[in-house]
Amino acid sequence: MSTATLDKLEAEAQTSHNIKVTFRVRRFNPEISDEATWQDFELEIDPKERVLDGLHKIKWDLDGSLTFRRSCAHGICGSDAMRINGKNRLACKTLIKDINPAKPITIEPIKGLTVLKDLVVDMEPFFQAYRDVMPFLITKGNEPTRERRQSAEDRERFDDTTKCILCAACTSSCPVFWNDGQYFGPAAIVNAHRFIFDSRDEAGEQRLEILNDKDGVWRCRTTFNCTDACPRGIEVTKAIQEVKRALITRRF
Amino acid sequence: MQIHKYDTVIVGAGGAGMRAAIEATKRSRTAVLTKLYPTRSHTGAAQGGMAAALANVEEDNWEWHTFDTIKGGDYLVDQDAAEILAKEAIDAVLDLEKMGLPFNRTPDGTIDQRRFGGHSRNHGEAPVRRACYAADRTGHMILQTLYQNCVKEGVEFFNEFYVLDQLITEVDGVKKSAGVVAYELATGELHIFQAKSVVYASGGTGKFFKVTSNAHTLTGDGQAACYRRGLPLEDMEFFQFHPTGIWRMGILLTEGARGEGGILRNKDGERFMEKYAPVMKDLASRDVVSRSIYTEIREGRGCGPEGDHVYLDLTHLPPEQLDAKLPDITEFARTYLGIEPYTDPIPIQPTAHYAMGGIPTNVQGEVLADNDTVVPGLYAAGEVACVSVHGANRLGTNSLLDINVFGRRAGIAAAEYAHRAEFVELPENPAELVEKQVENLRNSTGTERVAVLRKELQETMDANVMVFRTEQTIKTAVEKIAELRERYKNVSVQDKGKRFNTDLLEAIELGNLLDLAEVMAVSALARKESRGGHYREDYPNRDDVNFMRHTMAYRETDASGKDSIRLDYKPVVQTRYQPMERKY
Repeated sequence: MSTATLDKLEAEAQTSHNIKVTFRVRRFNPEISDEATWQDFELEIDPKERVLDGLHKIKWDLDGSLTFRRSCAHGICGSDAMRINGKNRLACKTLIKDINPAKPITIEPIKGLTVLKDLVVDMEPFFQAYRDVMPFLITKGNEPTRERRQSAEDRERFDDTTKCILCAACTSSCPVFWNDGQYFGPAAIVNAHRFIFDSRDEAGEQRLEILNDKDGVWRCRTTFNCTDACPRGIEVTKAIQEVKRALITRRF
Repeated sequence: MQIHKYDTVIVGAGGAGMRAAIEATKRSRTAVLTKLYPTRSHTGAAQGGMAAALANVEEDNWEWHTFDTIKGGDYLVDQDAAEILAKEAIDAVLDLEKMGLPFNRTPDGTIDQRRFGGHSRNHGEAPVRRACYAADRTGHMILQTLYQNCVKEGVEFFNEFYVLDQLITEVDGVKKSAGVVAYELATGELHIFQAKSVVYASGGTGKFFKVTSNAHTLTGDGQAACYRRGLPLEDMEFFQFHPTGIWRMGILLTEGARGEGGILRNKDGERFMEKYAPVMKDLASRDVVSRSIYTEIREGRGCGPEGDHVYLDLTHLPPEQLDAKLPDITEFARTYLGIEPYTDPIPIQPTAHYAMGGIPTNVQGEVLADNDTVVPGLYAAGEVACVSVHGANRLGTNSLLDINVFGRRAGIAAAEYAHRAEFVELPENPAELVEKQVENLRNSTGTERVAVLRKELQETMDANVMVFRTEQTIKTAVEKIAELRERYKNVSVQDKGKRFNTDLLEAIELGNLLDLAEVMAVSALARKESRGGHYREDYPNRDDVNFMRHTMAYRETDASGKDSIRLDYKPVVQTRYQPMERKY
């Protein structure tokens, strides 16, 4: 049954391999000060643990006032997107060993959304953009008695964009969004894509018109930050390109 | 303090809450209060599927599904409720498809189905394909689809509003729901929501275990709010341990992996489930599989240097099948363990997963104040509730089903009740209890730390009331919990602020966990038999003569203010299925 990788994993788990790391966290609490500051925390942690585990160590053992959102802790709920060493990631999907723990690990809130406290940002503008693309199936005519039929190929067509967990890692990594919060942002376009390319949906034209707006897809400068940031591995930039192409050809 | 008035208030925005909200919003002025943003709810972590006898890929019918559910629950299931669950499952799945859920498809374009634990053809003959699924992210798709439809219906959400108290007013000798008290996380302000109907859909309580598939936020808030107001909790001793959690982390790896052909193996590479469940093998019910895994471990056939886990072997499945059907769980293995499921078996161990018990309701979702009396205006659905369709052990894919069937029912019933009912007067000083609770915690200078108490609680729960229990281990847990509840009075928080005080929030959550852990342990101690997820080594057999009944736990407070638990029992509803010995 055993394999080399497995033997190594099981052997290593027997002993503690804690290392010392520094978490350099961006702190902000307007109840105390209008200025954001950096604060360093020294931790002992197993490098195979998650950044979220490190943040919990701080909150539970050192400073209970450190504030961040989290829930599922394994990359499904989308609560804990943050900027880790300058890159947007989920704290629960980032292992310490993968982000060079020899140097201080910087942790900041995601950019482009108002910081409310420490790593907590105001998500409302993000969800508003999502709601604005009509992110729900729209059909006409009578409903069938049973399910609507859809071929496996048609289902596959929009599979990638159904994976979105609305964590905002993509939108808040986008330089266009940083400069102008009016831009719908990648996540809203991804969710429009999910319906535009769903063979069951009949409101593709309406959604395309919404995204044809001055704050729509044409603002995208194809920097691929969003694709790099997506913790679900969605090809975000490709989805945006497909929406652009659909706008030109009106075929989807 | 703000006072709001709504016809219907729904507490929680996971699957059950949003399914209820879609119905209630169409029929009444509705508000949804949720501790988390809706799409953060743990419904999204469910993976494998949602059961319904669609018979899209092979012969099936809802009666077989009913039987499997009752047998799976070791005959503690209320059979009228199970029948509704299985019958309405079909429309529940079709409704979701019409709402836009992207199910996997068969070659002819219908919804595809796969095998899952405990679901069988013709009363146990062989596994049947009953689970409708979307890869291994069915829960994610359900959560997203329901949220999308809430956006469509214009459901009004109060995000990051944490409900801390259930308001009850006695009118002519009848206890009625008057509304709830909520704490706004962003500001620290308290809000009163006066409502004709309140629906609890706030999820489970798995965080009192250490190794668990549950989110950090699953702390039994709804159960605790009702329980403290004298309402009973049903069957809290029944907790499900999912066989395949990632070793030491507890992250869920779907039963769908075994539905797709995955095999559990011990250190000798043996497919050990053949010994314990000759027909269903790896697809026996979860309680059976979890006990089998621990039996292997205890008898020295566990894997690794410490022999404390077994393997989930997917290496014989084609990589294309893993990519198409199980993309998320294979990625979890890569991310968190650094192994490659194409070639390496995955180390797993049972993980605390699901509360079968909860707030007792009837099949309309109405909450019960005792064995037969409903609390007018109060409803519950989903994991927070106990209807009871899961009995002593829930079948995989029946929880995504439960939230849709009973979430919908509760939403409709609550809104219709709101139409015919008047507002119930709020109690005097409605926020008094919560104000005191919050201020005491915020101002406390006590020396106990939340994280320390929580860790001790989780350790005692894992050690003493997990898969195997005895009178001695349960008593150890009861004593430890009593000690922790005493120490909790001396707990303090470091964050004294109003804004996003999650330090305070965690302290409140710990209080809920401690109260519910006590109910669980005390209920488990009294149940001197083994049934479903509750296995007593000192009473290894099911005892239908004395224990074919639901536990009802009530909090009682004496004149000095000291609380205790009173246990009562409620008969099981049996319709057409006589209890039989349970074999897989």
